[in-house]
Amino acid sequence: MGMKKKSRSVLSGVHFLSGDLACAEGAIAAGCRFFGGYPITPATEIAERMARRMPEVEGIYVQMEDEIGAIAAVIGASYAGKKAMTATSGPGFSLMQENIGLAVMTEAPLVIVDIMRGGPSTGQPTMPGQQDVMQAKWGSHGDYEIIALTPSSVQEMFDLTIECFNLSEIYRVPVMLLADEIIGHMWERVEIPPAKEIATINRKKPDVSPNEYLPFKPDQNLVPPMACFGEGYHFHATGLTHDETGTPKTVSIEEQSKLVKRLCEKIRKNVDKIVKVEEVMLEDADVAVLAYGITSRAALSAVRKARSIGIKAGLLRLITIWPFPEKLVANIAQQVQAIIVPEMNCGQLVREVERAAKTTAVSLLSKLGEDPHRPIEIVKALRKVTK
Amino acid sequence: MTAPWKFTAREIVEKPDLFTSGHRACAGCGPAIALRQIMKATRGPTIVTNATGCMEVVSTIYPYTAWKVPWIHTAFENVAANASGIEAALKVLKRKGKLEHKNVDVIAFAGDGGTFDIGLQALSGAAERGHDFLYVLYDNEAYMNTGIQRSGGTPHGASTTTSPGGKVIPGKPQFKKPIANIMVAHEIPYVATASISFWQDLIIKTRRGLEVKGPAFLHVFAPCPRGWRYHTSKTIEISRLAVETCVFPLWEAKYGEYSLSPQSKVVALKPERKKPVKEYLEVQRRFGHLFKPGFRNVIDEIQNITDKRWNQLLKKCNIT
Repeated sequence: MGMKKKSRSVLSGVHFLSGDLACAEGAIAAGCRFFGGYPITPATEIAERMARRMPEVEGIYVQMEDEIGAIAAVIGASYAGKKAMTATSGPGFSLMQENIGLAVMTEAPLVIVDIMRGGPSTGQPTMPGQQDVMQAKWGSHGDYEIIALTPSSVQEMFDLTIECFNLSEIYRVPVMLLADEIIGHMWERVEIPPAKEIATINRKKPDVSPNEYLPFKPDQNLVPPMACFGEGYHFHATGLTHDETGTPKTVSIEEQSKLVKRLCEKIRKNVDKIVKVEEVMLEDADVAVLAYGITSRAALSAVRKARSIGIKAGLLRLITIWPFPEKLVANIAQQVQAIIVPEMNCGQLVREVERAAKTTAVSLLSKLGEDPHRPIEIVKALRKVTK
Repeated sequence: MTAPWKFTAREIVEKPDLFTSGHRACAGCGPAIALRQIMKATRGPTIVTNATGCMEVVSTIYPYTAWKVPWIHTAFENVAANASGIEAALKVLKRKGKLEHKNVDVIAFAGDGGTFDIGLQALSGAAERGHDFLYVLYDNEAYMNTGIQRSGGTPHGASTTTSPGGKVIPGKPQFKKPIANIMVAHEIPYVATASISFWQDLIIKTRRGLEVKGPAFLHVFAPCPRGWRYHTSKTIEISRLAVETCVFPLWEAKYGEYSLSPQSKVVALKPERKKPVKEYLEVQRRFGHLFKPGFRNVIDEIQNITDKRWNQLLKKCNIT
């Protein structure tokens, strides 16, 4: 009693961590104080770390009975006023889909980590994949937008987890960290900055009295300020279509259109603010590689190798994959002759690239179920398209 | 029902294994022993459906299988629903005269994660609908396949990676869910608990579960050396201690009528034979932290809940 414990929330300094552990540390640094857990390879280590770390920072780890429970508990924790997260992999991500829709509809800020393994079904639990990128966008029913980030290093597992929380708080939307098994299990150097250098953002609170509060009335950013349970603002949160008061409007054509459009628009109108990419040697490139996650590391190596043998290649590494940076890809497509998209799936994000690139040739370099792409395979593809 | 099934040890030994050697379970694996014994009790053509979990993983590593029966791996949450489908299809085939065999048994295997937690909804539904199949819960008291995370089947005070015994919590703060009693409450024809340390009892109960018409539920105690932190040679010894301390008493309930099995009846009739739970806890390092200063009261709590549940069971069995 009275003794203030030394803060253990930001473990500033240099560490040697796996991606999963760095993700947990990023979450804690971002202010996450609730974790709804359920074990699944290769994301279990995040739950294990959170089970140990949450009590140290006065947070709560609850292991739920399944992934449906895990995401539902996170929605509850978010509405009760805490930054909350869960972590899973393919099968668990599938189970979460209905509740992801609920989080979208109730505009609950939360973070879902999906450490992608090989699917479908149980698939290859200990092997990497990038097969959930379309499910992340389209997995729940209905029309909606979410945000998804793809880390390509253990450092980014830390940094982008913080970014996920910030975006979820700004836009009141589920934000997904889509990492592949390699990034989740790989160990690398991680630098955790001093707490004061970490920018954390909290959800906007209502600035009106409870009597005047309309829980789903958007601000100019199309996001409604959020009162949490117990703060004196009595309102109705529901998965049914609702008006600005939160009251269900299950047969109103007007309210359905208004609400669903706003849920999409609040992300679509802010794409430029949300999207993050890394551009490497694209200024004078004749051919571009578009990659994300672990694949982008092989792609970077390949682009450098290609340059050394006289191919003017560049890399567009997507950090944000949802919303898809359509404009940016379209601009690059106008400049280059071809875009190569290496993916550890049968071709998912390549569809978005094709849409954005219009007439520019886009070729998929698909790889399933083994090691990620080797740089030489991407170099070969670069050679082929520049011949 | 026909005359009760009788068997000799010789018959059991000589009966070919349907769950064979060569699987990749750890040395001293309790569940692997359970599966081998249970498959010895089958009475003819049998289909096995297996939830995600240790036994699914270790028994079917490409390109091998340890199963000599038709076998399907389901998702984590749905083995009982999958068994429902198999049983219903067999019923249709039989009705249409297209089933070659007079009878085909269906067994669903799942661990504690797949039963106490994620699979409970499917299990409850299948029991309520009354499908004729045997559900076997092999209980190693945590998610061992993913590396020892607590489940609804993990006992109070056990340290797991998501309920680590430390300064803040004494291992898992909650108590083990009384899953077999929950299944009795479904008013299904047969529910029993069994232990790999009493293999004849386990085999008899398996056969009874297969013979009854309608759902049967068998809760098998199956220790895990990796997760419970004991030497691989101690699996059977620890299983026996669980019965002798009444941590895991053996009983069956036919249409809701409870009766103690011989190994637990002995303890009921001669209470001086009931060993303190301490003897069971101290041989497992998952409880090691309870023997250090600070959490000693947890051992008393475990003794108390064990006694309370044991006394409730005695009442249900009309033993006072």
